[in-house]
Amino acid sequence: MSAAPALRVEGLVKRYKTGDEALKGVSLALPAGQVVGLIGPSGAGKSTLIRCINRLVEPTAGRVFLGDLELTALGGAELRRARRRIGMIFQEFALVERLTVMENVLSGRLGYVSFWQSFTRRFPPADIERAFALLERVGLVEHADKRADALSGGQRQRVGIARALAQEPDLLLIDEPTAALDPKTSRQIMRLIREICEERRLPAIINIHDVVLAQQFVERIVGLRAGRIVFDGPAEALDDAALTRIYGEEDWTAVRRRAAAEARLEALDEERLEGLA
Amino acid sequence: MATAVRRTWRRPPLVADRRLRWLLYGGALLYLVLATSTVEVNWARVWDGLGRGWAFVQSFFRPDFTTRGSDILQGMIESLTMTVTATVAGILVSVPIGIGAARNLAPLPIYLVCRGLIALSRALQEVIVAIFFVAMFGFGPFAGFLTLTFNTIGFLGKLLAEDIEDIDETQVEAIRSTGASWPQLVNWAVQPQVMPRLIGLSLYRLDINFRESAVIGIVGAGGIGATLETAMDRYEYDSAAAILLVIIAIVMLAEYSSSHVRKWVQ
Repeated sequence: MSAAPALRVEGLVKRYKTGDEALKGVSLALPAGQVVGLIGPSGAGKSTLIRCINRLVEPTAGRVFLGDLELTALGGAELRRARRRIGMIFQEFALVERLTVMENVLSGRLGYVSFWQSFTRRFPPADIERAFALLERVGLVEHADKRADALSGGQRQRVGIARALAQEPDLLLIDEPTAALDPKTSRQIMRLIREICEERRLPAIINIHDVVLAQQFVERIVGLRAGRIVFDGPAEALDDAALTRIYGEEDWTAVRRRAAAEARLEALDEERLEGLA
Repeated sequence: MATAVRRTWRRPPLVADRRLRWLLYGGALLYLVLATSTVEVNWARVWDGLGRGWAFVQSFFRPDFTTRGSDILQGMIESLTMTVTATVAGILVSVPIGIGAARNLAPLPIYLVCRGLIALSRALQEVIVAIFFVAMFGFGPFAGFLTLTFNTIGFLGKLLAEDIEDIDETQVEAIRSTGASWPQLVNWAVQPQVMPRLIGLSLYRLDINFRESAVIGIVGAGGIGATLETAMDRYEYDSAAAILLVIIAIVMLAEYSSSHVRKWVQ
């Protein structure tokens, strides 16, 4: 590959004021269109890593490049302009609960419109057209005027996805998208994210604690432990030895078997439902 | 060795040391007894006053709305005008101050200035502020308007700031990650979260301001308080009762309608 990677992270270090070192020199590169699953135990630094990329968390040292643009060198308005290019999807959806579904999707355009336009909710027609198209894509058009807190978990996460896509991003950062969802909805959401990334050739980093789900839906897996990358390779290469390196001792074969059985049951379920329809 | 089987359990006391516990409780009780004994009660005076108190209570059963009718009407209109204008002005000023006094939105110097203003407003009781403004601007509703506005700022500013500090930060983070500017952040992520409470508090303050307008009128800051004061001074308890009944009616009306509005904005 000749082109610059879509995202490059070099020697990222984050030390919190409490003295905890969440990241101890993390380097990573993503080619365009690649979806990476970031796995690791709680406290390994997954959340901190993706927040250092769009600088919701300020890294202590290291550099981050989005294409040719060095994000870590930006300040103020330039940083806000760069953030528009990075869509983020959150664990507990992080929708603004009292705003409507449509407002939540349109909030993805805030970086592109003036304060007055956003204050009066008068977005350019192109933005509104795009927002409706996205709601159509995630299957929520009829809910556009409902308040976000009136939706179910899976629906809210779809709004979260539409909001991120409304930014027309060049990169998606996805923080535990399924942690607040049931197993079946989790699979649907992961499938949707996967499809969308393929449609738009969007690179994405997905923090995910469910190893089996990660292996099922992403091509490359990065394992983080105590602020360091201890595994980086294709999803198939993630074997028991690698998992032990990331998480410590555990009967991985049993974990996998259980998860596979669960997935089979759900597949059966879905077939039955489709048969009924 | 296994732990012995226990069949009794008591909640650990707040103060673990038995002697210290008795010392604290005993000391508090002793102080209370001694303090109460220093409050002098002139029982003969109480006996005399009972008759006057009873006359006051009786007058509630025959309130006189007519003798001072025009005074009452004019005082009420003045009080309501003061209340509404002061509440609106107070909200307009306290929203920026409340935002400035929220540590999660404002930088430290602005935070300190805004918290200082709020502390000043809260430290000074309405009557004291009213006396000050009456001395400065003379008798009348303008002094009352300023007093109520000033005290509304401390009340709303503080409670709004605390509500802003309690908001769900992930919603703010999400809006920030879209590249939104600071004013957009306030309008899109903070305002939706605090709006119902701001409306509820404003209505509550409207009601407080109305009641306070009756009190500050007594020191000359306009409104129904002045009429009430005159009636009381002349032992016209029937007229005083009429005024108090009107105040009670208006406060209850405000209470009733504000609970409806609160339910509606939630």
